[in-house]
Amino acid sequence: MLEAFGSGLYGLVAGFTNLHWSNPVMIIVGGVLLYLGIKKDFEPLLLVPIGFGCILVNIPLAGLMEEGGFLKIIYDAGVLTEVFPLLIFVGIGAMTDFGPLLERPSIFLLGAAGQFGIFLTLALALALGFTKLEAVSIGIIGACDGPTAIYVTSQYAPHLLGAVSVAAYSYMSLVPVFQPPIMKWFTTKEERMINMGVVRKSASKTTKILFPLVVTVIGGLIAPKGLILLGTIMLGNLMKECGVVSRLTKASENEIANIVTLLLGIAIGATMDGRVFLKPQTLLILALGFLAICLDTACGVLFGKVMKVLSGGKINPLIGAAGISAYPMSARVVQKEGQKYNPKNYLLMHAMGANTGGQVGSVLAAAVMLSILKGMGII
Amino acid sequence: MKMDNWTFGITMIVVGMGGTLLTLWILSLFVSVLKKVFPYKKEECN
Repeated sequence: MLEAFGSGLYGLVAGFTNLHWSNPVMIIVGGVLLYLGIKKDFEPLLLVPIGFGCILVNIPLAGLMEEGGFLKIIYDAGVLTEVFPLLIFVGIGAMTDFGPLLERPSIFLLGAAGQFGIFLTLALALALGFTKLEAVSIGIIGACDGPTAIYVTSQYAPHLLGAVSVAAYSYMSLVPVFQPPIMKWFTTKEERMINMGVVRKSASKTTKILFPLVVTVIGGLIAPKGLILLGTIMLGNLMKECGVVSRLTKASENEIANIVTLLLGIAIGATMDGRVFLKPQTLLILALGFLAICLDTACGVLFGKVMKVLSGGKINPLIGAAGISAYPMSARVVQKEGQKYNPKNYLLMHAMGANTGGQVGSVLAAAVMLSILKGMGII
Repeated sequence: MKMDNWTFGITMIVVGMGGTLLTLWILSLFVSVLKKVFPYKKEECN
């Protein structure tokens, strides 16, 4: 009888006795992510499920990430197969208006410059001793684009998925904090005051419908390994622009995107088991990811300066900072900074153009990177 | 292909950045052509 009591009681305290030191630390980390999402409004749609998933997976003996466990099933079905990030891309495409970009196509180039941080950070990660595919996954944080980072990392460095996704989503929400000082360092007051005038509507409906098809075909031919990334985002956009499948468009940007975001968030949180997550390498990844996004901003602004010279002073280099994929936060930051120095300056729509260019740019940068890796026989 | 980290890093920087820039430049050219072929008409906004 006493033995049965003892066994029964052990069952109730086993959770405590099996607690590794890293588990309480990660439960606190999960709490911090929840705090940032709920209290500070930093990407709550992602940080809330990620934070909760992180707490769930750090409670021992629940077996949620063991074979047949609830989180493991979700992870295997949606993250390992890369289905979740791709479905989110369809939703992003359906939500994005590429109109401002189509008004001034040259702004596309800012979307390329805003990705240079990816490649520079990749080289730095290699120098710091990461393997080639790990360096690729760390560099891709610079895409400032959660689904792209998850897609690449889950394929080529799944053990880094937790750190890479948390970095990608957290830094994306910190854009309003770290971009303004970088924009200020790299521009003069006169440059920040440049008025770009108003964006005139000049793209026809036919152009808007053909745009996603052109991006898919041309981008796919140049970088076929990333075609699915381009294809899904452009499918969403085609549905939005053609206007004849509004039910599908609405489902993509609402129901599908919401369900997948929830499952993706909780599955990413589930990769943050303290025993795997808490190591110096994770801190290094977070630092490199931050550097990648800062470099993106700096390169975007510097390229904006080049475009200012080439355009005879008509382009405000600040909009280069919006050449990253953090849409639409980055465009709003540019508008706010521009108005600080010239209250009559309305850069928002120009910055939106660069920002949507950055969205295409980040996906293309990943596609180009994957195709180069394929070409070199690394994947 | 066996490749040391240095060669890999430099290749990724040059071909990766160049490839991204070139692809987006080509896309911008295509968009400019599309805008010329299918110009915006004012009545479209109605």
